[in-house]
Amino acid sequence: MNQSVNRKGKEQTASVHEPLFHIVKRDSIPWYKAWAIRVIAVLAALIICAVLITLLSHKNPLQVYKAMFDGAFGTERRIWMLLQELAVLLCVSLAVTPAFKMQFWNIGAEGQVLMGGLATAACMFYLGGKVPYPVLLIVMVLASLLTGAVWGLIPALFKAKWNTNETLFTLMMNYIATQIVLFALCNWAKDGSGVLRPMKNFGLPAFGPSAYFPNILVVAILTVILYIYLRYSKQGYEINVVGQSQNTARYVGINVKKVIIRTMFISGLLCGLAGLLLVGGTNHTISTATAGGRGFTAIMVSWLGKFNPLYMTLTAFLVAFLKRGSFNIVTQFRLNDSISDIITGIILFFIIGCEFFLNYKIVFRHKAKEAK
Amino acid sequence: MSTAVVENQKQIALELRNITKTFGRVVANKNVDLTVYRGEILAILGENGCGKTTLMNMISGIYYPDEGQIFVDGEEVVIRSPKDAFAHRIGMVHQHFKLVDVFNATENIVLGVKDGQKTSMAEAQKKVEALIDRYGFQLDFKKNIHEMSVSEKQTVEIVKVLYRSADILILDEPTAVLTPQETEKLFTVLRRMRDDGKSIIIITHKLHEVLALTDRVTVLRRGEHIATVNTAETDENQLTEMMVGKKISLNIERLEPENPRDRLIVSHISCTDREGIKLLDDVSFTARSGEILGIAGIAGSGQRELLESIAGLQNLDCGEITYFDPKTEKAVELRSKTPLQIRDLGVRLSFVPEDRLGMGLVGDMDIIDNMMLRSYRRGHSMFVDRKKPRDLAEEIIQSLEIATPSATTPVRRLSGGNVQKVLLGREIASSPTVLMAAYPVRGLDINSSYAIYHLLNAQKKSGAAVIFVGEDLDVLMALCDRIMVIASGRIAGIVDGKTADKREIGLLMTKSATADKIQKSANNGKETVSS
Repeated sequence: MNQSVNRKGKEQTASVHEPLFHIVKRDSIPWYKAWAIRVIAVLAALIICAVLITLLSHKNPLQVYKAMFDGAFGTERRIWMLLQELAVLLCVSLAVTPAFKMQFWNIGAEGQVLMGGLATAACMFYLGGKVPYPVLLIVMVLASLLTGAVWGLIPALFKAKWNTNETLFTLMMNYIATQIVLFALCNWAKDGSGVLRPMKNFGLPAFGPSAYFPNILVVAILTVILYIYLRYSKQGYEINVVGQSQNTARYVGINVKKVIIRTMFISGLLCGLAGLLLVGGTNHTISTATAGGRGFTAIMVSWLGKFNPLYMTLTAFLVAFLKRGSFNIVTQFRLNDSISDIITGIILFFIIGCEFFLNYKIVFRHKAKEAK
Repeated sequence: MSTAVVENQKQIALELRNITKTFGRVVANKNVDLTVYRGEILAILGENGCGKTTLMNMISGIYYPDEGQIFVDGEEVVIRSPKDAFAHRIGMVHQHFKLVDVFNATENIVLGVKDGQKTSMAEAQKKVEALIDRYGFQLDFKKNIHEMSVSEKQTVEIVKVLYRSADILILDEPTAVLTPQETEKLFTVLRRMRDDGKSIIIITHKLHEVLALTDRVTVLRRGEHIATVNTAETDENQLTEMMVGKKISLNIERLEPENPRDRLIVSHISCTDREGIKLLDDVSFTARSGEILGIAGIAGSGQRELLESIAGLQNLDCGEITYFDPKTEKAVELRSKTPLQIRDLGVRLSFVPEDRLGMGLVGDMDIIDNMMLRSYRRGHSMFVDRKKPRDLAEEIIQSLEIATPSATTPVRRLSGGNVQKVLLGREIASSPTVLMAAYPVRGLDINSSYAIYHLLNAQKKSGAAVIFVGEDLDVLMALCDRIMVIASGRIAGIVDGKTADKREIGLLMTKSATADKIQKSANNGKETVSS
């Protein structure tokens, strides 16, 4: 029949396209293999970066890498700055983690941090010098935590009541926060520059070996607390159940709405804390760039750390290292900002990309055995 | 009769040689050989997880084999996508229908056909009509999918495959969702298609259907081809033995209820969904202690809503649910209480929902954490106590023989039967006075299914009122003391398990709202035949 001729033609073209390999999901992977894959990914990223650096900037890539390392660890001051960067980023990451574990996609950490910071700045601006320092301190801490919490609570309430999309909601709240900060700055900076001069005297108390030490200490303690909270507390267990399956949560009698609202309150609260640390602890002033994209970087840190606060310390360290290191490349070699972005981008791409090989493996097809 | 047909024209339509497919470490198929002749119905029989569906998915282009060859009409072919499969005239009707709800039957049937020709809707309609006539389907092809019953949707899927001029049809558990009457109709159509020279492969684990319908049976076990036999020369016991690998008895025990007392009285409950459609309509019944009450019905007739109403997960419009405490005989009203309030009242109500991993358990959590789901709130501490759940997990793994590497393995990694044992084990652990189980053996192999029946019987013996929602009528009739039939949210009837008749239950299942639907489609069928 006509049809069979047709079919034959198709076969011949088809057999040429026999797939060479296919992708199979891994069952599990031994830890040494997982780490080998990660190391290979980093090495591959470094090699590709080296090629690019040589081609684009004609610098010796090894020297560039050394500069990167120096930027992060070169002096004691740089190490403290690295730890400070790590602490703030980790704080925001810890803040978004309970929400993400509950599968509530809070991408509004940026705004929540800004609002927390704004509350801190407002306390410093209006109360600084007018009330005793301990009173200022207490008011400042409470105000910033609560403002962050409220900023996180609003989308949660809407989600719980009307099932609105939290991703869009939290994202849009970021823009509102930015505009409010801008509004405050216009009012506060009387010279019209829109820049608020640092109010060094009214910040958080400084103690320990470095000005950054209090921040680092607070975040270290927070990491341990959050680890315990998520893993061993009843509330942490509820977050996990709601995140995995709201149906199961309903079935065992968990009040899903309550958990969503409570968890976002905590998430916003911790973002407010990050704002407090940034404004009250280091910057002593505020601008629209105070959060500096950490609200979004934190999402990556949290995911890469598999929502485990201890792993997240490692991923936050990596991101902070790349940031500090690549900053030094730019200053030391007088290069354009873009080269540091390129290097950071490539390294992160490979590290995130290697997750694929941790979860899947590629299998080549065995030669088809001839039938007897 | 059918063997004669096969012998007369032993023309091979499809042949598999040495097919192997692995997923990670799991070997789904290992060196499987299979031959399908023209004009025959072949059953692929095997327990869940034996690789039936994987094998068929390789023929229909969903998966690609790691090793081995596929021949169609004696020519080696490479099937990499469903499109390739259709090019070789192979079509598959999946267990879960893939239809567009707001399109009508014809639109769904022609959707995605790329033959390079311009076909008007009217021409397509004619072609569909011709197919319907030829094989005696009963289908109103102008009806939208969302108005159709499950069996009508299935008909659309089959016609869809035929429209793409498939000569080899694969049906994945086609009778799982049908009533006995609908099954009989389907079989008639399939026989007609066979006599027309089509090759039909049907995946199933219902033995009596295999014996009633097919010409030959291929049995798979753990991914390997065990045997292919002529249906006429085999029986249920032999097939079971080949499937399971050992002799097992297929008898379900039915103990006489001891001292039955009214435990739960449901009276006149109704509920509606968001669109105002009645999900439950004036449902009343009584569940007694020491008794298994079966619930039969077409899938989606309100079984889920009924159980969820009792469990406190469904808002009711009216009616009452009264529970009688076994010790005090005091009546407790359960309606409009949350699951938590019900528990706080001291009502020991256990519920094994249909959706095990989506509702009863959390797939990514380990067995210990899943044990805690019911009990984690206990005590005033802020922190969870994992000691008792750990003991319970170990105990259940031991007593129910759950195959798991450890108690800290995520339940998602376990096989279907073991997942169900974890869930049932947890629910039984609280020594319930009412135990509700929705489709507890769905997807389970024979051994696990019987283990579950024994567990239900043990609960019955210890005085629990057991409510068992099932789909296999033979099992319902063997296990239950009474069988309640539910149709379109109404109670169509309650029959005695010992004296029940399958046809009678089948008729009750399609009673009320669907009754005139069937009448209508029957009329349509007559018209098309006469024209």
